[in-house]
Amino acid sequence: MDKSNIRAGRLTSAQYAETFCDIHPPLDQKMAAFESSRCYFCYDAPCMEACPTQINIPEFIRRISTENTLGAGTEILEANILGGTCSRVCPVEILCEQACVRNTSEDKPVTIGLLQRYATDYVFKAVESGKMKQPFTRARATGKKVAVVGGGPAGLSVAHRLAMLGHDVEIFEALPKTGGLNEYGIAVYKMLDDFAQREVKFLLSIGGITVHNGKRLGKELKLVDLRSKYASVFLSIGLGGVNALKLEGEDWPGVMNAVDYIAELRQCKNYSKMQVARDVVVIGGGNTAIDIAIQSKALGAENVTLVYRRGSSDMSATGYEQELAQTRGVKIVLWSRPVGLEGSSAGVRGVKFEKTRKNAKGELEGTNEFFVVPADHVFKAVGQLLLPEVQELEVVKGKFKVDARGETSVKGVYAGGDCIAHKEDLTVAAVQDGKISAYAIHEALTGEKLSGKGMKDYKAIAALDAARVLNHPAHIHGGLGKQKIGTTVGGAR
Amino acid sequence: MADISCNIAGIKSPNPYWLASAPPTDKKYNVVRAFQAGWGGVVWKTLGEDPPVVNVSSRYGSVDINGQKMMGLNNIELISDRPLEVNLREIKETKREWKDRALIVSLMVPCEEDSWKRILKKVEDTEADGIELNFGCPHGMSERGMGAAVGQVPEYIEMVTRWCKQHSRMPVLVKLTPNIADIRRPARAAKAGGADGVSLINTINSITRVDLDAMSPEPMVDGKGTHGGYCGPAVRPIALNMVAEIARDPETRGLPMSGIGGIGSWRDAAEFMALGCQSVQVCTAAMHYGFNIVSDMNSGLSNWMDSKGYKKLDDFIGKAVPNVTDWQYLNINFKTVAHINQDSCIKCGLCYAACEDTSHQSISNMRIPSTDGGPGQRHYEIIENECVGCNLCFHVCPEPGTITMVPQKTGLPYANWTTHPNNPMAKAKA
Repeated sequence: MDKSNIRAGRLTSAQYAETFCDIHPPLDQKMAAFESSRCYFCYDAPCMEACPTQINIPEFIRRISTENTLGAGTEILEANILGGTCSRVCPVEILCEQACVRNTSEDKPVTIGLLQRYATDYVFKAVESGKMKQPFTRARATGKKVAVVGGGPAGLSVAHRLAMLGHDVEIFEALPKTGGLNEYGIAVYKMLDDFAQREVKFLLSIGGITVHNGKRLGKELKLVDLRSKYASVFLSIGLGGVNALKLEGEDWPGVMNAVDYIAELRQCKNYSKMQVARDVVVIGGGNTAIDIAIQSKALGAENVTLVYRRGSSDMSATGYEQELAQTRGVKIVLWSRPVGLEGSSAGVRGVKFEKTRKNAKGELEGTNEFFVVPADHVFKAVGQLLLPEVQELEVVKGKFKVDARGETSVKGVYAGGDCIAHKEDLTVAAVQDGKISAYAIHEALTGEKLSGKGMKDYKAIAALDAARVLNHPAHIHGGLGKQKIGTTVGGAR
Repeated sequence: MADISCNIAGIKSPNPYWLASAPPTDKKYNVVRAFQAGWGGVVWKTLGEDPPVVNVSSRYGSVDINGQKMMGLNNIELISDRPLEVNLREIKETKREWKDRALIVSLMVPCEEDSWKRILKKVEDTEADGIELNFGCPHGMSERGMGAAVGQVPEYIEMVTRWCKQHSRMPVLVKLTPNIADIRRPARAAKAGGADGVSLINTINSITRVDLDAMSPEPMVDGKGTHGGYCGPAVRPIALNMVAEIARDPETRGLPMSGIGGIGSWRDAAEFMALGCQSVQVCTAAMHYGFNIVSDMNSGLSNWMDSKGYKKLDDFIGKAVPNVTDWQYLNINFKTVAHINQDSCIKCGLCYAACEDTSHQSISNMRIPSTDGGPGQRHYEIIENECVGCNLCFHVCPEPGTITMVPQKTGLPYANWTTHPNNPMAKAKA
């Protein structure tokens, strides 16, 4: 193989249009009516509990079914101001749609994600066409100023909620465009039509939020200065670093960080200008690995091999994502780890892998069996890490240590998004971080306690229900004595 | 194979399915195609005196429920707007070509004996199998003293029916309007006038919806609307009750009935027949899906009859009538309670919301504590000694077979309200 194995313009423009088209085309009115009619309007709906931002899903779907689409969109955005992005990128198959009771007997959940997109698109179109302003307004000004570092989902979420609560917000964003991973990190086919920028514009239209692009913490900004200048600081700086393979040749041409290439592709206006190798190897098992593998294929790469050191169920990419990659022609090789790069400083030519297995203790070990996958492009997608830009804050397992409401080890400094620990690093989790911290910041700055939409406190509800059960007719009549299962009745929702 | 041939008041048809008097039966072209599709009979769209009526443009309004179209339909169309002679000629031709099918002619003329006498002669000449007196149409014609205006006055019904029996040898069915307080009175009047049977129900006065942009009822005729006749699946329960009332009224018991009202399947038809109808008439379902629905209606009825061992329609016609009773005679000692099959329960909680918010608070809402620190599995269960057996949870449950109503052994004998100690009348008697 020679260098000509890497080239641009592998496909015709019609083929690019097809390979990068919207993976889940939006519902039209008829389909939205049909899908919304499938929702049972569950009591204590499992889908709502599965949503990290606790969007009242049965409520918004009911609103779609009655053609109160504006009400549906508002209900969503009130709980999750990035509900538009989340409707496109959320792994619904492990969140709301997995929880849908329709899975139980028919294995076909209500398409909650698509319905959410239908409702939020309606609001966006109404606002963009000038028919209405965004449905949220600002409370009386508090005179407090909050600095938000990082204009990704967590930063945008905290900024909007703080603006609603009457605070002024300044967002400092390192990159030229605001939106974070929404702008730079999502596979093209998941979010089209410049949606990240449209969403930012929509969100900022509430007023009271100023964005400064090209300001990076550790360079132009210092935490100590922000703390002295602002009433409170929220850090949503994401994970700026990329894990290395720690192999010789990682600096050879053709060995790239998947996130960098994804960002480049996301900004590119003409896919035929993007260089891609005929043979591509992707190393990693997360959604970034899946995204780069599928998009390499979409650019016309012939052989795309995704290699992961453990098994399918260990991958952080969902089963749906894995299947998607396979149906799009990606070959997934499991139980193999990279042990060497083939090639020279002129360019990578392949990756040498060792087959792995779990030993008796459950640890991963090599089997001493080796194979080489030829590749002129090797994409590393083995995780990202927090850059040591801030020294003042306590870090646990590579992430800022925060309390339940996002406050770091330094009083008045909050953090959210990928730079703090979650079960899953998802956009929707980042949005919830921002929302929770906004309430915490508001409380700290004004002394006023409040709760808002999408802030269902399950423990508090359980306590309320426990009190309610004493007045329940069945309790008074003595009927509850017969119940065998469960410790609480009408409680612990 | 069960015999599903039908005989009502001497009118015979190969099956009990007739197309009701309505747009589907307004001309030979349609009727022939209906017969080709397998319909047992038709009631020709109502004939009146010349000059024919005129109809407006925009005629139907629909009630759609959760994406299901035409759960209810209303219309503001009048009787046939074709010249009388054209209709009569086509009726005659059709009957000659389709001797085995029932062809009944619906009639509506002013309440004068001469008008009826004149038209009856002409209809008799067509060799039609019978006539149906349209005393039901609730719009347009009633303002002119015909249709429902007659059907709402039992004395008129009896009078016109008598004229028809006097001046014609054809069987007479009287079509009853439901827009009255007690359906038994017009039925008794029809019987007193000598009717061979009754058809019911005609359509119900209705406004299906209001256009909130135009602020006008639908269907809209140049910005205005009027009440129309309501039919379709939504009216079926009303029709079934009226049929049952006539079937169990000692004065009309045994009066042949042709059931009408939201019939769209063999099961619907069988229900009307179980309550005493010899034939049934269909309109909305045919208007919704076309004439071909009759194929399944024939096959389904026959298969069901075979499964029950009924050899002919008479074997089950009226079989449910003895079980229709007054509330006061229902067994007050009967007890049924709901049971939730936990294996098929999908945990939607609809039963809980319905019972807790709107019924008798007899379903418990629990979480089975989880071992992984999660919120735990939802668990809904009937509190049996609180359950009054109202059936609401059974009706709201979306998962077939998950909630069942289980009759309980109470050991108590039959008892009813007439002798119940809480009944002041019973006490007075004692």
